[in-house]
Amino acid sequence: MTSKTWLPIVLVGLVVGMLGLSFAAVPLYRIFCQVTGYGGTTGVAAAAPGHTDESRRMTIRFDANTNSDLAWQFKAAQASTEVIVGESSLAFYEATNRSDQDTWGTATFNVTPLEAGSYFVKTDCFCFEAQKLAAGESVDMPVAFYIDPELEDDPYLQDVTTITLSYTFFPIPKEEWPDEAQ
Amino acid sequence: MATASADHHDHDHAPGFFARWFMSTNHKDIGILYLWYAGIMGLIGGFVSLLMRMELQYPGLQIIQNLPIDAAPGHVWNVLITAHGVIMVFFFVMPALIGGFGNYLLPLMIGAPDMAFPRLNNISFWLLVPSILLLILSAIVDTGVGTGWTVYPPLSVSDPNHSGIAMDLAIFSLHLAGASSILGAVNFITTIFNMRAPGMTLHRMPLFAWAMLVTAFLLLLAVPVLGGGITMLLTDRNFGTTFFDPAGGGDPVLFQHLFWFFGHPEVYIMILPSFGLISHIISTHSKKPIFGYLGMAYAMVGIGVVGFVVWAHHMFTVGMGVNVEWYFLLATMVIAVPTGIKIFSWIATMWGGSIRFTVPMLYAIALLILFTIGGVTGVALANATFDFAVHDTYYVVAHFHYTLSMGAVFGIIGAFYHWIGKMSGRQYPSVISHIQFWTFFIGVNLIFFPQHFLGMQGMPRRYPDYNDAYAGFHYISSLGSYLTFASAILFVFIVFYTIMFGRRVGDNYWGEGATTLEWTVSSPPPFHTFEDLPVIEKDPNH
Repeated sequence: MTSKTWLPIVLVGLVVGMLGLSFAAVPLYRIFCQVTGYGGTTGVAAAAPGHTDESRRMTIRFDANTNSDLAWQFKAAQASTEVIVGESSLAFYEATNRSDQDTWGTATFNVTPLEAGSYFVKTDCFCFEAQKLAAGESVDMPVAFYIDPELEDDPYLQDVTTITLSYTFFPIPKEEWPDEAQ
Repeated sequence: MATASADHHDHDHAPGFFARWFMSTNHKDIGILYLWYAGIMGLIGGFVSLLMRMELQYPGLQIIQNLPIDAAPGHVWNVLITAHGVIMVFFFVMPALIGGFGNYLLPLMIGAPDMAFPRLNNISFWLLVPSILLLILSAIVDTGVGTGWTVYPPLSVSDPNHSGIAMDLAIFSLHLAGASSILGAVNFITTIFNMRAPGMTLHRMPLFAWAMLVTAFLLLLAVPVLGGGITMLLTDRNFGTTFFDPAGGGDPVLFQHLFWFFGHPEVYIMILPSFGLISHIISTHSKKPIFGYLGMAYAMVGIGVVGFVVWAHHMFTVGMGVNVEWYFLLATMVIAVPTGIKIFSWIATMWGGSIRFTVPMLYAIALLILFTIGGVTGVALANATFDFAVHDTYYVVAHFHYTLSMGAVFGIIGAFYHWIGKMSGRQYPSVISHIQFWTFFIGVNLIFFPQHFLGMQGMPRRYPDYNDAYAGFHYISSLGSYLTFASAILFVFIVFYTIMFGRRVGDNYWGEGATTLEWTVSSPPPFHTFEDLPVIEKDPNH
């Protein structure tokens, strides 16, 4: 085949490639947000780094939202708390299933200011897995986190003294409920 | 100069009416079909905008509560703006510039007998027919589609007004229009690379051919991303996926990224062919070769390349971090550089030229002035800080109508006046066409110039009602739309008058200055052109 016959084949290949990239954008975008903390995506780690920065304190405010399709009452147990940067902290949310049916929910999250996302690191969180509440059941939901001391070096966060952690609980459709065995 | 091939009149075998127009594989006939299609769609899209201006003429609701759509007035309004946007973008401007003038002029200008894939060309056109039928169906079933042409989720996925089949039909309509564009783009690029006449190197190619080359590459790379995005919308709506639904771990902002990765190149897809067309008009009616030919060609390439990396300036307010805003701000402003090269080169082409103020030349000069106004507000809007203040206001509406209604559309009408003699063999009536130009020019400026002030004062987009404080400028804007629509009706009259009663013209009725190959064949051109390939012996651009 000559280059003249290859040309349209290459062009069609470009189209297929761009179509593929548009779908590849879905996982790539998620990875991009997790790696960069873009849009207030929080980080995850096994444990706090061990060193703290006594001179820098941060007010953490807690925000709770519930999707209207989920009949749960979901709120933060404390409006805010003050933490030392680098030190591991524990906070609680309270959730009550106000319906007469067992339901599953899952929480999405982000922090503001958005630039603080990559420095807000969770070591354990109820949002890591789907939550089940029996009819009328109330539970405390913990989140363990620390503020990465590297935040000190970020020019965009020098005068930030308050970080807001926000959750939104969504229902999980019945056909996607996790195995009842647990 | 190019040597023309022998006259083909003697062996001109045009098939019968049905075979010629319904089974056509001839680039000129398909171009004409596209132009008729675009003209009808432009009138429909224009009529929708007339309804919108009638509604906005006074504060309060005027007409939309009486339209036969069973939904709240706000949704009916959104259906109107969506119909206007989608019809104008996908069914008027693109078919007119790319399918119409592209198909008709490109093979003539590069000395090719036809497009590389004539049957594919036929499919490209006829895909647009089911596409518009699906779109019309989407407007009359359920409560129509009221998402704007941007079809952002969650409005397009979980809004109660869009729970029916209308949104799905609109998505299928866009799928078909996109497939049509992609096939056309493959066809154009293959034609340009493989079928140029002997001696016509890329650097000797007319600027309209360069414009079509860049446009086709933009289509090829951008439209599949729209296809992917709206396919994900479709599965989110119907098959329970959660690409854009936070409940399942998706993100609606991702759709905005995908949409504008397509949507920003799309605005250059709409303007670059106009740039190409007016380059020829200005050069011809100044009787001078275009100033800075290579700079003009590579400025379009530059606009095309940079156009792919500026998309997020449409969504500064989603919360993207100051560094990202800073990048998109700067990259967007960079586009003003190649655009400025083009504007100044057009002015330099006119400078010292023997200018004839014919109707196509008036349209081209008006495009220069008005597109520059749109470009200036574009640079203003590129500033993220300013954009936060006027995001989703009439300032943005005024900006993109100055670039598209006055950029792309003036290019279309100007090109019609310039080439109608070539296409039909008959010339437009001069006096009444001048009247058409001036009424249109005054009309569109009356519509859109006051909208800058409305936007600066905070009038939001996509609202059928407004505070009394905005009444004055809205009233002027509505008067302008009546004048513009009257001028459009006059234009329809001119079209029919010209093709039926216009004065007959010869091969090159513009004379000196019209140097491209289409002026070497008869008017109208024979059914088959360049069966003997023309040979380009020296650079026609110098």
